Formats: sequence, structure tokens, C-alpha cells
Amino acid sequence: MSKSITAKDLNVYYGDFLAVEGVNIEIAARSVTAFIGPSGCGKTTFLRSLNRMHEVLPGARVEGQLLLDDDNIYGPGVDPVTVRSMVGMVFQRPNPFPTMSIRENVLAGYKLNGARMSKSQADDIVEGALHGANLWNEVKDRLDKPGSGLSGGQQQRLCIARTVAVKPEVILMDEPCSALDPISTLAIEDLISELQQEYTIVIVTHNMQQAARVSQKTAFFNIAGTGKPGKMIEYAETSTIFNNPSNQQTERYVSGKFG
Amino acid sequence: MTSPGESHSPAKPTDQSGRQEPGTNALTSADSGGVMGDRVFSGVALLSGVAILVTLAFVAIFLSFNSVGAVYREEEGLILQQFLEYAYPLVIGTLIASLIALVLATPVAVGVALYISHFSPPRLSKSIGYLIDLLAAIPSVVYGAWGMSFLGPALVPVYGWLHQNLGFIPLFAGNPSQTGRTIFTAGVVLAVMILPIITSVCREIFIQTPKLHEEAALALGATRWEMITMAVFPFARAGIISGVMLGLGRALGETMAVALVLSPGLLTASLISSGNSTIPAEIALGFPEAPPGSVRQAQLIAIGLVLFIITLIVNMTARWIVNRHKEFSGAN
Ligand SMILES: Nc1ncnc2c1ncn2[C@@H]1O[C@H](COP(=O)(O)OP(=O)(O)O)[C@@H](O)[C@H]1O
Ligand SMILES: [Mg+2]
Repeated sequence: MSKSITAKDLNVYYGDFLAVEGVNIEIAARSVTAFIGPSGCGKTTFLRSLNRMHEVLPGARVEGQLLLDDDNIYGPGVDPVTVRSMVGMVFQRPNPFPTMSIRENVLAGYKLNGARMSKSQADDIVEGALHGANLWNEVKDRLDKPGSGLSGGQQQRLCIARTVAVKPEVILMDEPCSALDPISTLAIEDLISELQQEYTIVIVTHNMQQAARVSQKTAFFNIAGTGKPGKMIEYAETSTIFNNPSNQQTERYVSGKFG
Repeated sequence: MTSPGESHSPAKPTDQSGRQEPGTNALTSADSGGVMGDRVFSGVALLSGVAILVTLAFVAIFLSFNSVGAVYREEEGLILQQFLEYAYPLVIGTLIASLIALVLATPVAVGVALYISHFSPPRLSKSIGYLIDLLAAIPSVVYGAWGMSFLGPALVPVYGWLHQNLGFIPLFAGNPSQTGRTIFTAGVVLAVMILPIITSVCREIFIQTPKLHEEAALALGATRWEMITMAVFPFARAGIISGVMLGLGRALGETMAVALVLSPGLLTASLISSGNSTIPAEIALGFPEAPPGSVRQAQLIAIGLVLFIITLIVNMTARWIVNRHKEFSGAN
């Protein structure tokens, strides 16, 4: 498990609007990579292009190549459904399925494979995934209660458990803590550090301390002005980005001088 | 409508003057217009609620009062038995016709609504939605005429075939109708008539499925259909039931179309021979010949009351089904 990601000259458009231009990046397997940058610079847009989730939005399309290990996910005949089962995604707002119990939520993605499983197999998967998301002890007595009854932080970890249960190669996270309190945020950050041993993780964050805490490498995105395309300005070791960036825009952003 | 608007305009000056006058508490006087509007609105809401209940009560009282003659006679005393023997074939006929309509219409309506909300290109979905809504604008007498003179005859060979090949099933036993004016034809006509209401309720609710949950499903590697079963249907469940119940309500009460299509007769299990009748059709066909104040009229009003009660039960059942899984509805 766990694959590397390579983008080659990737452009993302919404209709005629070029939202992200010319991204070249290599993300190693079993690592945490943070995307930082001001609002509207295309972090979400680029992240969604990593598992073809942008295709859900009307008019969104991609030019260029995106390799998962050596396979281009935009190659002819590639089914976005296959891509998404290998590249999972955790969203900004926790979104467990409201009509499903905690247990059903964890199994939701797994069941899509269509594999028949016995009750005890299902129990193992649920327990494993919830352990993996550091949620087991909190919910083990109420697995049949609705997932929407949990706190925001627990819901987000439930969403991570649901993603992990599918056994993806890569997990994408779009500001997963922006709707959470500091304690829940720390719980998720701890979890990310653990998940890194098995998965390639890409996380968008507005919180620079968070990027510094969880990631090994950081990519800084910026936008020249409204209506202009977002670009990846600098990509380096996280410590380099925060202490010794080579680009002036990065320096201004991480030192908080950005308007 | 006008009073909240009128009372709102003087609210602004009070806001400003409230600060200058030392005696008044700014917190008590602020936004008195809004408070007034709230009161007026809750009053109007209460009034409409009461009005609906009163109307319902009047209908129920009228029906009960006038149907006494059907179950009680001076000479014979209580004749409930006799009335039930008269009413039960009509009740069953009504339920059969409505059930056929529901079974045929619901999958089509859900399918069309799904196509409009999640599959068709936006421009096409508009025109399909418009077309379906047009179906609702056709008067029921037109449906009746269509069922009687076109659909019925067109179904005659189908009934013949069903009888020949599946005649051993009681539903297709008996003499196949030569005019096609059977309870099944009536059910098909009813299905077409309730299609628009179910479709538009379903479409509305499908469109409202939170993007959040659709994306959650897709990001797990769901196909579009799997996404629909994971995110759209669970979200829309209560809405689909409401739509179906609205359709059922219409099918139960539909008079003109059934009266025209069906050539009524005694209760029979066969769907393909003439026979059976429904309550609304019985009332429509019988009422002109029933002298005012007669026992026959009381009988017809009494089965009207029975229909009223059936519809009430249907609606309450629907509500119960909708509420049963409230904890999982995502409303919390
Ligand atoms: N669904 C969409 N349709 C059209 N334009 C969009 C859509 N989503 C985002 N954009 C535009 O793309 C640009 C990048 O947005 P986004 O990726 O959300 O930025 P970020 O996540 O960095 O804040 C913005 O200019 C935004 O207005
Ligand atoms: Mg974003």
C-alpha cells in the first residue's frame, strides 16, 4: 500500500477559467505533504484533481498528467471510480452519512467493493478502522447510534475511519480541522502522524503551525490577483519553507507579512 | 400582510430616539416592529391551523350525520352488517385500483425524478420537468375519456394473452373483458394521473440532497448509482413516502376518470374482466339517482365517510413511517 504522486504540467480549469496553472510536484509515498497559501489560490481545486473529485463540479477539467506511482490517472480508459477507491478524501466539514449508524458509516465504502462478508469479518473491519482513527474507545459502546450524534471532532475521525476502511493508497485532506476545536484538532494531527506510516497523505491547511507540526514537505501556492490562475510557488522540506524559503513570496507569507 | 409592514416603519425612529431619552431602556424598545411582526405571524398561523381543523371537523360531522340512515333504521334498528356487506367490495375495489396505480407509478416517478435531478443535462431536465408538470394540468375527465376510448381497447389483446398464459393465477382468471374497461385499466389511468405529483415531490427532494454527502460517497469510490443509494435515497426517504402518499390520496379519491373507465360490477379477484368498483365511482354514478333524504343517499354518504377514514389512516401511517427513523434523519 501507499503510492507516490507525480503531477506533470497540471492545469485545472473551471470552464474557460484557468484556476490552477502548471503544477509540477513529486510527493513521496508514506509521507505527509502540506499545501498552504492564501484563500482562492487553488489549493482545494488542485487537491480535488488528485482523485478526480473535481469532475463532480460542472465544467471542471484538467490538462496534463497525474501519476499514481507510474500510472496516469487521466490516462485513456481510466475509471474515476477506481481512482477514488485508491485515493480517498476527507473534507473540510465532517460529512458522515446522517441516516447510517457509526458502524454502517465505517463500512459504507468497504461495502462498495461488493465483497460478501460475515458479521465477524465486518466487526473486525469496523474495529480496525475505528482503532486506526483513534475513535474506538469513544464509540465502541454505541456503534449502532447515528454518526451524526457525535461531536464535530469525532465525526471527522469517523470520516477518516470510513476512508481508511477502504484501504486506499493515498488520503487527501482538505482543511480537515478548520471546523474543529483545538483539542479535536490535536487528536486529528496525532492521527495523521500515525497514518503516515501506511499512507501517503496530502493535507491542505490554513494553519501554518499545523503544517509545521504534521508535514515533512510543504508546497506554497499563490495567486497573482483575482481572475489570475493559482500557481505552486515553492515546494520543499517543511523546515526549509518555514525557516529558509528561497522565494520571496513564500517568505512574506510564512512570516505573516501577506495582505 | 400589511400590518407587519406598517408596524415595522415606526420601529426605526424608536431605535434612534431610544438612545437619547434617558428614561427608556434601549433593550426593551429596540426592534418592537419585529416583535409585532412575530406576534401577527404566529396569530395568522394559529388561525389557519384552527380553520383547517374546523373545516375537517365540519366535513366529518356532515358525513357522519347524514350517513346515520345507512346503518340505523327505525324498524330494523342497527343494520351495520348490511352496510358492511355493501361497503366492503367497494373498499377493496378502491384499494386494488389505487394499489395498481402506486405499483406502476412509483418506480417510474422515482426514475424520472432521478433522471431529472442527477443524470440529464441541465437544459433537458428543465423541459422534462415542465412536461411532467403539464400532465398534472390535464383534467381528470380527459384522462377518463382517454382510458375509456383508447387505453382500454388497446389493452384488450394484452388481457387475452394474460388470460391464456397466466389464467391459473386468480388475478388473470375469468372472462377477459372485450372492451378493456377493467379495474386494471382504471389502475393504469390512475397511475398516469398520479405520476406528476410523485415525480415533482421526488425531484424537489432529490435536488436538495446535500452535496456534502454526495461527495462523501463519490470520494469512497462509489459509482453514480451507488452514490444515489448511499446519499440520495436515504436523504429523500421521507420525501418519497410523502410523494407516494400524496399520489395515493389522489388515486383513492379520483372519481371522474374511474367512473368513465371502469364498467363496474361485483367484487372479483380478476383484474382483467369487468367487475369491481371504487368508492368515488360508486358515489358519482349513484348520487344522481338517489333522492335527497333517501336511504340510498345516506348509504352513499356513508361510504364517503369510509373513504375519508381510509385516507386519514393512509396519511397517519405515512407520518408514522416518516417519524419512525427520526433519530437517523440527520435533522439533529
Ligand atoms: N466550482 C467552481 N466553479 C468555478 N470556479 C471555482 C469553483 N470552485 C472554485 N473556483 C475558483 O477557483 C479558484 C480556486 O479556488 P479554491 O481551489 O477553492 O481555492 P482555495 O482552496 O485555495 O481557497 C477561486 O478563484 C475560485 O473562485
Ligand atoms: Mg479551499
